[in-house]
Amino acid sequence: MTVGLVLVSHSAKLAEGLAALAAQMAPDVRIVAAGGLPDGGIGTDYDEVVAAVQRADSGAGVVLLYDLGSAQMTAELAVETLSDPDSATVVDAPFVEGTVAAAVAAQGGANRSAVAHAAAAAGAPPELDAPADLDGESVVELTLKNDVGLHARPAALLARLVAGLDAEVTIALREHTAKANSVLALMSLGARQGDRIEVRATGEQAAEALNKVKELVESDFEVT
Amino acid sequence: MGCTAEQVTRAVIEAAGVVAEHRSELIELDRAIGDADHGENLNRGFVAIVEALAQASPQTPGAVLKIAATTLISKVGGAAGPLYGTAFLRAATKLGDRSEVDVEALVEVLRAALEGVQARGKAVEGDATMVDALLPAVAAAEVAAKGGADVAGVLAAAAEAADKGAESTVDLVARKGRASYLGERAIGHLDPGARSTALLLHAFAEAAQ
Repeated sequence: MTVGLVLVSHSAKLAEGLAALAAQMAPDVRIVAAGGLPDGGIGTDYDEVVAAVQRADSGAGVVLLYDLGSAQMTAELAVETLSDPDSATVVDAPFVEGTVAAAVAAQGGANRSAVAHAAAAAGAPPELDAPADLDGESVVELTLKNDVGLHARPAALLARLVAGLDAEVTIALREHTAKANSVLALMSLGARQGDRIEVRATGEQAAEALNKVKELVESDFEVT
Repeated sequence: MGCTAEQVTRAVIEAAGVVAEHRSELIELDRAIGDADHGENLNRGFVAIVEALAQASPQTPGAVLKIAATTLISKVGGAAGPLYGTAFLRAATKLGDRSEVDVEALVEVLRAALEGVQARGKAVEGDATMVDALLPAVAAAEVAAKGGADVAGVLAAAAEAADKGAESTVDLVARKGRASYLGERAIGHLDPGARSTALLLHAFAEAAQ
């Protein structure tokens, strides 16, 4: 049972395309597209959004993302008129990046407020810090051999992997460091095939995290 | 003495007639600064409201407005659907199951509608939206009520203030909705939402005579 997502768009194609994109990275999350008018035209439809929220809710609640303008009003109105308005959150986030970040967070088992937060945080430039030397950190260096490096799907797999562990994991490439639980930060490292990344972990399950990341990278991200 | 469910129903039907009459005008206003669908959408919504009221024959003023709200939300679309829908919904909620709308309740209902529109659309005075008609209308209604006006008098004062408020949008740069993309080019145009708000208040005032 994960938090569900509803994508409210003026365009059916836009909502469906985005749902398909996000589903690649979050296969277990209910991502429901609510785009366009019943007659196929451009616009947002309140009844469709309400129905989408019901379909997306598997019991852990729903986060709604919207494209622009009146889509926000339609989404907020739909939530207000639910029998339980506290089961859904409308989040102000960039539509594409926010949806991807929310989907990955939901896939990792995050609760509704954490999923909403992940979406909203996708609006800010990803946090890429200079590498830091911390005491008690475990470090491993790995070479990316898979075709696409830390592109969308591998980044999502990695983020999901560490989301389930009690460890703070970072990935560094040259002068930049990304939090491994942020798929967008990982992607913006731009790590490609052949790049050597440095994985650092702290926390209770640091050693396990490093092992799992190593396993994932060495399997060319084929481990599921 | 207040308005019964039957009288409120008549007022909403009157409003539907006014919207139908001004459909082309609203389309033209919207064509200048938006996507030319306001008259069409609002008319579709009110036609559906009249049908829904005939089928349901609601027994309280609040129930009448609730039907109007849910119908507008489902049928109108765009920004006008959620905005007018919220206005009617908040008004209906404010009335609850009381059997009549007296002057005191009317003022509260208008205030609730305004607050709903502002919460939904996040527009403030001077953004060239329906808020520019509704805000002065509520203020005028409150003044009229304090001065001892009856329901018809309060609505007439609100409608008149809404007219003036709507006219003020001609000189404004729109800051919300699609017209906001036009920047300075929106100056010189009457906001269609402000105009339809004034029209609806006139229709209600007319029905209360």
